[in-house]
Amino acid sequence: MRFLKSIFSRNSEKPKGVSERGIIVFHHTSEVIKAESLLREAGLAVLVKGPPPEIQTGCDMVIEFPIINQLQAVDILKRHRIEPVQVAAVQDYLLEPVSLFNVKDFGDFLMVRAANMKITVDKRDLVIVNVSGGGCPDVPFLAEQMVGKKLLEAPEPASHGQTLCGYSLHLAYEEMKRRCLG
Amino acid sequence: MSWVIVGTVPDDDFPLIFGQVRVENGFLLIGEHRVKIARGTPALAATACLAASELKVDPPEVLLVGDAGKGSGSRKLYAHLVEIIPELRTNGFTFHYLQPDVYWHNQVLWAIQKKLKRPCLVADAGFMYVAKMSGFAADYDLFTPDIGEMCFLADETAPHPFYTRGFLLEDESRVEEYIARAYAEKNASRHLMVKGAKDFVVRDDIILSTVSEPNVEAMEAIGGTGDSLTGIITGYLSAGYEIPLACHLGAMANRYLGLLADPNPAFSVADLLPYLGEAMKKSCKYPM
Repeated sequence: MRFLKSIFSRNSEKPKGVSERGIIVFHHTSEVIKAESLLREAGLAVLVKGPPPEIQTGCDMVIEFPIINQLQAVDILKRHRIEPVQVAAVQDYLLEPVSLFNVKDFGDFLMVRAANMKITVDKRDLVIVNVSGGGCPDVPFLAEQMVGKKLLEAPEPASHGQTLCGYSLHLAYEEMKRRCLG
Repeated sequence: MSWVIVGTVPDDDFPLIFGQVRVENGFLLIGEHRVKIARGTPALAATACLAASELKVDPPEVLLVGDAGKGSGSRKLYAHLVEIIPELRTNGFTFHYLQPDVYWHNQVLWAIQKKLKRPCLVADAGFMYVAKMSGFAADYDLFTPDIGEMCFLADETAPHPFYTRGFLLEDESRVEEYIARAYAEKNASRHLMVKGAKDFVVRDDIILSTVSEPNVEAMEAIGGTGDSLTGIITGYLSAGYEIPLACHLGAMANRYLGLLADPNPAFSVADLLPYLGEAMKKSCKYPM
């Protein structure tokens, strides 16, 4: 009961004060994926999150970042020709991405699922034998690029993915690497 | 009955095409265009075509466009579909791998509702996501979620399965709870075909049947086995079967595909399709 209460009371117990975090909104999910890498490389503590409901239009993601670093963040993006739609402070809670992985061992094969995406590897030679799940159009494209290649030789989903399904696949891929390669 | 499958091919250079499909030598053919059957909409369309042939009805038509994830192909397709809807004569649509876009989803749905005489609306993959996101899920006749997508439908705040909240764990023993929650928040279509270790055929929050045998574990890892299921269901619907029976027989036939092909997790869905005719014959022995 306490567990349920803690879930449903989230809206009514917003933290006091003003959030120190900001969000960067982009035209397209592919820009989010690129921007995340660039800002991380620059040492900024960034997280990919779901946008507030009022700006949801499609396969949306935003980047949450320390608002104090706004100038730096925007400058980095500008230098790489990424122009955000909007930069705003966080005054409401953001949606959290899925963080749990589901793992299934088929003996010679290992499957990792993140959200709606699954990747399966042959444990004997670390070749990616299947990619399944998802619903956005970059999934069949990523599957074609990755299946048949070794885990470390396949293109990373984050570098070719465009959508949240692509990002979910990237998380599954990273978890697979962690499990197979340590 | 005629049927239109709407989806994408993972190649940005592939043009926007509309036409009847056929399957030859392991490829999907639409006019002069030849598409590899690996997964996604080509796998769905090929399975639907083969299922229709088995049921001795006309193959479906497809509206296809190239889109590798940027969304421009999907938007081009949406705009074209809205334009041609008044001239379309079809009993149903199966919407599939398309970039979720609420604006264009609504344009398509409203055009169908305004211009056509109540076609059957089936949504899977990206179009199911946007149908839920738009708030018009209840306007659809059938969604075909897997367990992760069922949790997404059950979470009224999630705009995509990626953001399904953690308390909705992908726990197959709680599927009935997820189904009830999705209907309570009007985030479910009139019928659901929930794919998992146990498949659930649902109408208006009532479970009509479940299918759990034969169970071939490797099928979960094979890309395109969800697409083949939606394809078989589309085949049955195009032959005039009622939605619950089409789903039940589709679930059985998809499982028999696995049993007959005896795959390991490295198989592709194309390796399974030669067994479709026999799988459908076997499934007919187990009506609802």
